[in-house]
Amino acid sequence: MFFLEHIWLIPLLPALGATLMFFFGKRLEKQTVSAVCVGTVALAFILSCGAVWQYVHTYPGSQPFEKVMYTWLGSDTGHLNYTTHDGYPAEFKAQVGFLLDPLSSIWLLFVTGVGTLIHIYSTGYMAHEGGYYRFFGYLNLFMFSMLTLILGNNYAQLFVGWEGVGLCSYLLIGFYFHRKSASDAANKAFIVNRIGDAGFLLGMFAIAWHLGSVRFTDLNAMARSGHYRIGDPVLTAAALLLFVGACGKSAQLPLYIWLPDAMEGPTPVSALIHAATMVTAGVYMVARSNAIFVLAPTAMKTVAIVGALTAIFAASIGLVQNDIKRVLAYSTVSQLGYMFLALGVGAFAAGVFHVFTHAFFKALLFLGAGSVIHAMSGEQDMRNMGDLYHRTSITHRTMFIATLAIAGIFPFAGFFSKDAILWQTWTSEGSASLWLWLIGFVTALMTAFYMFRLMCLTFHGHPRMSHEVEHHIHESPKSMTGPLVVLAFCSIFAGMLSWPHSLGGNDRFMKFLEPVFAKETGIFTEEGKAAQPAAGKKEEEHISGWEYGLMGLSLAAAFVGGGWAWSVYRSSDKGYAEPLEAGAKPLYTVLYHKWYVDEGYDYLVTGRRRLGNVRLGVLGLGDASAWFDVHVVDGLVNGAGWSTRTIATISKWWDTWIIDGIGVNGPAILARILSYPFRLFEWGLVQWYALVMVAGLLGFVFYYAWK
Amino acid sequence: MSPITTLHYLVVAAALFVLGVIGVLTRRNVVIVLMSVELILNAVNLNLVAFSRIWGLHGQVFAIFVITDAAAEAAVGLGILIAFFRNKETVNVDEVDLLKW
Repeated sequence: MFFLEHIWLIPLLPALGATLMFFFGKRLEKQTVSAVCVGTVALAFILSCGAVWQYVHTYPGSQPFEKVMYTWLGSDTGHLNYTTHDGYPAEFKAQVGFLLDPLSSIWLLFVTGVGTLIHIYSTGYMAHEGGYYRFFGYLNLFMFSMLTLILGNNYAQLFVGWEGVGLCSYLLIGFYFHRKSASDAANKAFIVNRIGDAGFLLGMFAIAWHLGSVRFTDLNAMARSGHYRIGDPVLTAAALLLFVGACGKSAQLPLYIWLPDAMEGPTPVSALIHAATMVTAGVYMVARSNAIFVLAPTAMKTVAIVGALTAIFAASIGLVQNDIKRVLAYSTVSQLGYMFLALGVGAFAAGVFHVFTHAFFKALLFLGAGSVIHAMSGEQDMRNMGDLYHRTSITHRTMFIATLAIAGIFPFAGFFSKDAILWQTWTSEGSASLWLWLIGFVTALMTAFYMFRLMCLTFHGHPRMSHEVEHHIHESPKSMTGPLVVLAFCSIFAGMLSWPHSLGGNDRFMKFLEPVFAKETGIFTEEGKAAQPAAGKKEEEHISGWEYGLMGLSLAAAFVGGGWAWSVYRSSDKGYAEPLEAGAKPLYTVLYHKWYVDEGYDYLVTGRRRLGNVRLGVLGLGDASAWFDVHVVDGLVNGAGWSTRTIATISKWWDTWIIDGIGVNGPAILARILSYPFRLFEWGLVQWYALVMVAGLLGFVFYYAWK
Repeated sequence: MSPITTLHYLVVAAALFVLGVIGVLTRRNVVIVLMSVELILNAVNLNLVAFSRIWGLHGQVFAIFVITDAAAEAAVGLGILIAFFRNKETVNVDEVDLLKW
């Protein structure tokens, strides 16, 4: 039980690496930095494997393993007692604890695994860059945050990791901070994420208020107890707010805008944070909250619709972008949309499975793109590439495997996960399931198209780069190609972990996950009004004919999309024509400008658009409010102040001249005037007084003598 | 030569008193004014001693008290004078006109 008992070491190791880098990194050799930072993550991967292995063997029923370290927020003294919305006594308490169940096991494995590979890759990719130790310190800090997020046993700890990965994302996007575009992109990512985080926080508070706990095991037990009815308004609100958080972190409409710009960061960062791991945190959080989401069908529908729309929306933009990393960024957004579509239709396991396979092939694509950029001396524009395949053969082959995987070609990883999502979308109940499936299907076609377009423009056709650049083209070092090969291997075989029943497999991966989500199926069938049943279990036997049909259809879509792109771009030379530009110029323009969403945000939110002197959108509204505040509210305030001052001036005049002047000083002046003759006697000269006295004396003497 | 009677003493005392009063009222130097006050007091003393020939020793005893009192008065008066001189650098009584209102 060593690994399970010491599960806290897993996040702590990268934290140690990060701490070392921040305090001593500057003085360390590059080799030492690589050894420490790759070592901590690799060790964390080994510990993770050990922990999961022990977990699987000691908990065959897959009940969660929880290791509580200490109480972090709240105490046992009952100072934070409160009453829940329903009137039950509760205590706010968040622990530092580690929760290992099938869901977190999977995340743990691919985060540390892919993380290790990307760390190794980075030692090659960043070898000639400044700030080497800083880069690895951030990466290790990211690993710490991500593992905290995954292993947290309550929302509060999850939130700590959530914010931590956001911070690291910010730091790494802005790694080349001397470049304005990079620091702007970092700010954009941070601010947009903050909007989502606000939603997450509110959702967490709503849950604490309504259910009286933030601990996952407690919440799951309560949500599944049958005490809360389906459609409970507070839970619906909480689920929707959590989903706002997920939209921010996992780049869903309308908060996806930061992810394409995040490509300003170094490519390994794009691979690790903005493709494989961090952006799936939203999926993780929603999957983790599945017990709450299934009680909120409205939220589930929202998740499904937002996911589907994001998938097709981002894929459509990806069709025409020319920056190799941007195509991959939009592809990531699109694939995340798939995952949310799966979660939204109740196919949690399928969504998680897609996260898992996506982590490999998307990390591979990004790392491959990094390798291409490395070979191209920093060039990212695919219009200036071409014909790289024989000079960067490992990169080409591995990326080709990833392309097959993401396009969903049998039997590569993406085929199984994407097909599971499409199939379960199709079988989910609810009026929109056909439309959601159709969107997913069209997106699959688009995905194949833009991925093959990327491959053709990069590796095939005629070389379009300058001779200077062409001269320098070389395959990347072993530290970079090694991870590519490993990831390619995973991209081929990861999908087979869940070989579907219909093809004679046993669906192992999904079976492994089932205990995390299983109870909901029970609730749905008992209540008899399953709005979004998990995974469409009952239909599975009846319409497996349909399943083969859909499988064939999506395969056909992948081949059609890929083949089309192949035929169009295969031999593209300088100034090649975009078929979409030739065929539908307005649509191309709109897509090329990314549906003008950033411009829309400029009109609505950022205040960059002006009408004359007036900023538009929210900031304009702020300006209007400020104007109202300055001129009307402050005017009223100042008016009140002015009238007070005026009254005070009059009052002061009255006091000085009437009260003091007549009432107080008047009698004094009168006394002074009346006393004037008497004062004349007082000369102040002693001898005069004596003279008067003597005269008086003599007066008396003479008076009596006379008498 | 007629014997010296009480009346003679009284005349001398009255003369001394008048001299004192005139001194107090007319001199400008505070020191001399104080000396004139001593003259007045001594005139009184002479009266008291003269009357004690007729009515017993009480008058002489009273005269002793007056002498004591005169000494004290002179001390206080000179003290005030010195304090005043330090402030105004003068002992001219005309310039001492603080005692009004």
